[in-house]
Amino acid sequence: MANNHEIALSHTTIQPIWVRITHWINALAVVLMVMSGWQVYDASPIFPALQFPPAITLGGWLGGALLWHFAVMWLLVANFLVYVGLNLASGRLRRKLLPLTFRSLFADIVAALRGRLTHGDLSVYNSIQKLAYLVVIVDIALLVLSGLAVWKSVQFPLLRTLMDGYDNARIVHFVCMSVLVAFFAVHVVMVALVPRSLLLMIRGR
Amino acid sequence: MAIRKRNAQPGTTLASHGDVILKDAQRELKDPARRLLGKRILSLGGLALLSGCDLSTDKSVNTMLRKISFFNDDVQALLFDPKHMAPTYPESMITRPFPFNAFYDVDDVPEVDAATYRLQVGGLANGKRVWTLDELHALPQQDQITRHICIEGWSAIGRWGGVRFADFLKRSGADTTARFVSLHCADNYWTSIDMSTALHAQTLLTLTYDGQVLPPKYGFPMKLRMPTKLGYKNPKHIVAITVTNEYPGGYWENQGYNWFGGS
Repeated sequence: MANNHEIALSHTTIQPIWVRITHWINALAVVLMVMSGWQVYDASPIFPALQFPPAITLGGWLGGALLWHFAVMWLLVANFLVYVGLNLASGRLRRKLLPLTFRSLFADIVAALRGRLTHGDLSVYNSIQKLAYLVVIVDIALLVLSGLAVWKSVQFPLLRTLMDGYDNARIVHFVCMSVLVAFFAVHVVMVALVPRSLLLMIRGR
Repeated sequence: MAIRKRNAQPGTTLASHGDVILKDAQRELKDPARRLLGKRILSLGGLALLSGCDLSTDKSVNTMLRKISFFNDDVQALLFDPKHMAPTYPESMITRPFPFNAFYDVDDVPEVDAATYRLQVGGLANGKRVWTLDELHALPQQDQITRHICIEGWSAIGRWGGVRFADFLKRSGADTTARFVSLHCADNYWTSIDMSTALHAQTLLTLTYDGQVLPPKYGFPMKLRMPTKLGYKNPKHIVAITVTNEYPGGYWENQGYNWFGGS
């Protein structure tokens, strides 16, 4: 079985070039945004008990970190729009990430807990993968919107209201960052467990 | 997501793909254009290694980041809508005590003598150029309870009173088509703002805090309060105002804070 899949994989492109390019640009942008964001956070921690060590932050000081944050945001947003736009236009979102039902999700969670969820066919996502990728897409959108509300709380009154005010927009921004970092950690562990998926995201097949 | 069942030996991932990757690479290398591209990518990598380029300290990276920051000034100027008012709050929401914040300690707050204080207006202005504190108090006054947002992230709600800055600029005969208003302070702090923000209805030449004469720690005798801009753009102890078309920069802005600093 596994061999048949691998033969099939090496001949057909599973991750089209635009998915691979936007994936790696996004990876770079997210790492830079999170590291510079942690430096900004340290200037006035929302939770005084939590501060990020300088070794894992970017920018050196608040001013430097903000220069990074407000430069890389353009890369993150532009790339994200291209990714979501092409996903919708090509039908890939519907084909690969949908449908997602509670029943299949429940079945896959049970299989995962029993250690029986396989990644044999990398061209098809299981329900947990679908959920993870959909969550991270929504999460990045929320990160951008809450970031806009923090940056421009006067100029975007609707966003400010939706985020329940300036101070709460900071908390939304922080929570979305935490979700993204958690996804990143699990994602990297899964790639380490299924190394073929890394080749796939580089070569496309 | 569970661990994949390993029915193959460790290392088979590369082993099974190795042949295919090699075949692909050989096919690509037959094309001279692709060979050249490959060579160039390799020499670029070598160059980066040789120069020992470090992203966060590299001068060209810093120059580019500053350029994007100036681009962001333009974006913010476009986003700035003079009709958008910063939210105002009830008295019960005022932050008490309102935090003191400056680039020095609270013990080093400058003491300005009210009797000898003079506010100078310079640059592109052809009206009254020197103002005493009494003359400022004699102008029409108004109040606002707004949120002060610091670039560090924290915010606090306070109540400021004083003269609408747009009124003051008109009485000083300022050229309101000029691009910048530069603000110099008794503590050697300085900053500058765009004319649109200077003319915004909530931009206040502030003389009082919470109904009392502005205390020294909040900027006696006068600070410029702009709820549409971050804290470092709201200078205290102002002694000189210059209307100009030359980019004036600022104390923090010249070190890397974004110049527009709008919220």
